[in-house]
Amino acid sequence: MSLSTISITFIPFLIGFILLYGTFKQVSTYESFVEGGKEGIKIAVQIIPFLVGMLVAISIFRASGALDALMNLLRPFMKSIGVPAEIVPLLFIRPISGTAALGMTSDLIAVYGPDSFIGRLASILQGSTDTTFYVLTVYFGAVGIKKMGDALKVGLLADVAGIIISIVVVTLLFGTK
Amino acid sequence: MVNYIWVGMTIIGIVFALINGTMDAVNKAVFDGAKEAVTICIGLISVLVFWLGMMRIAEESGLLEKLSKLFRPLVKIIFPEVPVKHPAMGYILSNMISNMFGLGNAATPLGIKAMEELKKLNGGKDFASRSMVTFLAINTASITIIPTTVIAIRMNYHSASPTEIVVPTIITTLLSAIMAILIDRYFYYRKKPKG
Repeated sequence: MSLSTISITFIPFLIGFILLYGTFKQVSTYESFVEGGKEGIKIAVQIIPFLVGMLVAISIFRASGALDALMNLLRPFMKSIGVPAEIVPLLFIRPISGTAALGMTSDLIAVYGPDSFIGRLASILQGSTDTTFYVLTVYFGAVGIKKMGDALKVGLLADVAGIIISIVVVTLLFGTK
Repeated sequence: MVNYIWVGMTIIGIVFALINGTMDAVNKAVFDGAKEAVTICIGLISVLVFWLGMMRIAEESGLLEKLSKLFRPLVKIIFPEVPVKHPAMGYILSNMISNMFGLGNAATPLGIKAMEELKKLNGGKDFASRSMVTFLAINTASITIIPTTVIAIRMNYHSASPTEIVVPTIITTLLSAIMAILIDRYFYYRKKPKG
């Protein structure tokens, strides 16, 4: 597990490095830290309305069963292009809810086993894509951008590309068993 | 487009609940969703305060600029509209690096700072600039080197090799980031008036 050792040591090391470098360059470290930190509170509060709006809409869409219906509608099509039916719900949840996707990934790994085709695919999908809606809402919300331009379209198309790439990569490297 | 998607999800959900008899669940979802959003934001305060504090030190000591100097050639290609010496560069880079190491909670504050700087570059206007769209395309493709959470889940369920997905994840994430950049370029150049 040398990789996780690296990631565990990375943060404390980074903190130590920033502080030592700052001291060496004669920055008033503690005061700078406090000043920078103040900004954090402002940003967190500013995001609230953006995220409330988005999450309520997503929750309604999911709770009503509309998302499931959409999934069932698309399942035959997805299957015909080589996407295993078991993985379809994860594909739809991944861009809209990080916590739900994480739950689904662990569920898929628990049911099909971590070393199965489905288990590996879920692992890689979870690791290599992000919650597009959340990222856009938080980043645009924090700086008060109201017109997102092509960002959502680009983000979602990139997700689709990511899904196709992960299926190809898993199939090539591990086979479909 | 966001307006349509937002209203669309809500209205379709409500109509669907009418037909399906899931009104109860929808009622609950309204308040659960709102509550989750506030919980997330409150949870973000701690990491935002901590990492933005740290980054202020890094900025004032010149560390951030050193970092951006290192990767300048690469980032210049991806963000042609950002002047090489602009602070946005440093934040974009530190955001990407945090993401690579799976430090999601450090990446978010840095990404927000990057967006702030990009907004300044765009004259403070309230619509997304080209660089912002590119930046978020890369972020949603989330370049990862060590998917720590996934490894932990795989260990939990007794995988014979929890880390075997690391290399495939890196390959996938790199390819999809490249795809994200290409898709972003495609939309940009399609829109740009010719000549």
